Amino acid sequence: MNAGAGRTAWPRTAAPRPSPAPAETSAHWLRRLGGRVRPRHVLVLLVALAYPLVATPFFTFQVGAQALALGLIALSLTFLAGYGGMVSLAQMTVAGIAGYMYAIFATSGTDISLGWPWWLAVLLALAIATVCGIFIGWFSVRTEGIYTIMITLAIGVAFFYLVQQNYSLFNGFQGFQSVKSPRVLGVEVRDPVPFYYLALFWALAGYFGVQYLLRTPFGVALQGIRDNPRRMAALGFHVTAHRVAAYAVAGLIAAVGGILLVWYNGLVSPGSVGTSWLINILVIAVLGGMRHPIGPFIGAVIFVLLQNFAVDLVDRERFNLLIGGVFLVIVLFSSDGVLGWWAAGSARLRARSAQGRLGRRVEA
Amino acid sequence: MRSLLRQCMRGLAVAAMVVAVAGTANAQQVVKIGLLATLEGPFAAGGQDGMRGAELAVKQRNGMVAGKKIEIIKASSDAKPDVAVNATRKLVEQDKVDIMVGPLSGSEGIAVKNYSKSQPNITFINGSSGAQATTLQDPSPNFFRFNTEGAQWMVGLGEYAFKDKGYKKMALIAEDYAFPYSQVQGFMTEYCKLGGRVTHKAWVPLGGKDYSSVIAKLPGDVDALLVVLGGADAVNFLTQYEQAGGNKPMVGGSITVDQTVLDFKGKRRESLLGTPAAGPKADHYEGAEWKKFVADYKANFKDGFPIPSLFAFVYYVNMKAALDGLEAVNGDLSGGQAKYREALKNLKLQTPTGVVTLDENRQAIGTTFVTEVAKAADGSFYNKVVKVIPNVNQRLGMSKADFEKVGLGSRDVPNCP
Repeated sequence: MNAGAGRTAWPRTAAPRPSPAPAETSAHWLRRLGGRVRPRHVLVLLVALAYPLVATPFFTFQVGAQALALGLIALSLTFLAGYGGMVSLAQMTVAGIAGYMYAIFATSGTDISLGWPWWLAVLLALAIATVCGIFIGWFSVRTEGIYTIMITLAIGVAFFYLVQQNYSLFNGFQGFQSVKSPRVLGVEVRDPVPFYYLALFWALAGYFGVQYLLRTPFGVALQGIRDNPRRMAALGFHVTAHRVAAYAVAGLIAAVGGILLVWYNGLVSPGSVGTSWLINILVIAVLGGMRHPIGPFIGAVIFVLLQNFAVDLVDRERFNLLIGGVFLVIVLFSSDGVLGWWAAGSARLRARSAQGRLGRRVEA
Repeated sequence: MRSLLRQCMRGLAVAAMVVAVAGTANAQQVVKIGLLATLEGPFAAGGQDGMRGAELAVKQRNGMVAGKKIEIIKASSDAKPDVAVNATRKLVEQDKVDIMVGPLSGSEGIAVKNYSKSQPNITFINGSSGAQATTLQDPSPNFFRFNTEGAQWMVGLGEYAFKDKGYKKMALIAEDYAFPYSQVQGFMTEYCKLGGRVTHKAWVPLGGKDYSSVIAKLPGDVDALLVVLGGADAVNFLTQYEQAGGNKPMVGGSITVDQTVLDFKGKRRESLLGTPAAGPKADHYEGAEWKKFVADYKANFKDGFPIPSLFAFVYYVNMKAALDGLEAVNGDLSGGQAKYREALKNLKLQTPTGVVTLDENRQAIGTTFVTEVAKAADGSFYNKVVKVIPNVNQRLGMSKADFEKVGLGSRDVPNCP
């Protein structure tokens, strides 16, 4: 544990965005954006956009879209944990609240559902889930480290038992089956290709939103609080308010993921917010790596692929061993998930090419 | 970069085509059947035994039906509906199975039934899930269930408790979710009609450990208790009831009086004698078909249970239906499997417990056994069959209109205080 502390797993604090000069035009802005775009960014975006054209509906829907939705929820945890230093296990709970609220306000196979228009249900669900996220944050920000994990786990488990045993609002053990997803302009949102692009849109929105936020004064202050809350407080920052605000942002991201997930599954039940899913979100975030907002999406792809195909690779009754084994290997051999490997690999490459240049110069 | 990407895509497309061609060539001789049960989570042991049951049905035909090889592709869930649908979707859309058998538990069954509507060319046959709503509410034209469900399993018990046992007034203690609701409906529909009264209902959370407050509230003026708890919970309840000085006889649900209860070592052990219960199978049924099934199971699975579990039995029945139907159409699954489904609908399925036919919702009409705890020669307790009730249907003998007036079982339905 301590050995790893030297090469810290926290992402580097992003540089604050320089305040734009008043005369700055959109051309400048574009050029600055162009400066930061690398070929690999374009490649990833192109592959993501072209993916449904080559993949089967199964791969588009169950692998692609599911990974994006789960990645979005894990992104909210990466934001909280990687940049705010607060590991919350209740992010799936917030997503689940959004899913449940959508099922209650919109249409499902259960009489409890109110049958309101989908857009109203979505807005209400997002609002309620975000408020719940804020409350969870407000409860837990006064704790640190393992205590934050414990209190958020307790909240998550409490919500699980609430929905399992409350019949008047959450329909207990059965939950909500056949939750209707909307039909917009004649397109069934839940069809593989439209749903994939919808999930991709929100995943990109979440990704760029977090990227943007990290460079705002708020984001930089949040990372300062992560590194040294006492010093930030001494500087006059309201530590608690910043942390609660981070929970609010994470809550909104998780809520969007939760809506996507309820459309994806077409149902929401106590199992969707059970302990195993609370942990799975943490697993996804850790697998991918918490040093960059792309991490949770990489983690989600690995997670979904393993969940689906581990059963084909090994004995059907033992496939969980393979899943656990891969998780163990990634976490054991990289302090920071897959992104840790990437960083180590590119650092080595850079060192080698620098050495090469040095060598040539000496020869010359 | 672009051209590289295009090349990759072209390669993928070619690969996909090769796979597709290979797939159609194979389909001539092989029928793929997807098999889904819970190999993880709370029902892992049950799911494994369910798989044994399904495999037994295939083994009895040596893996061949109408000259075609049967290929089983297994998948697992953890008793959660979203996981079950994901696993089913993988089997149907990725592994391209022709027929799907599964899942295991109630809410999974409803979810898979809903999914089956989006795959009209595949035939779905239930595993062992037993929610009433699966076939009663919004049934799917390509979802078949050859096992009876929770409410049907209790038919005959109400009459036995009222007439043979003489219990006129009862109190109920049951777990608070869909399966016990169905069980209680199956019991009370008959019991209330005969004039019996259930004056007190206690719904307890699933997996609860402490029954003291429930026991304290039980009325003293009832003749017996209807206890619909899973076996381990039932032992907890019995122990605490005994400690609190309770002395009423018990009537059990289908999964209440299992081996853990029969092995109960408390002071009231003797009072368990004569406890009636009901279910879709009875371990000590003397029917020749049942004995053959048990013998086959034991011969094939050395690592199995001493007697096949409920899950093994029900998965066996459903897989047998899938194979018998396939034989009836001589392996012909063409035309979106229309002929196959027609054959399934008209199947008179020979099961270890008698003949099963389907109703208009493609739900089984089958046999229920009423049992009673008895003492064997060696002093151990077992469930003796006291009544065999054939042709139990899902509406519990009511007409469609009458049943719809009552609705599905819930905390308050039916009611006769």
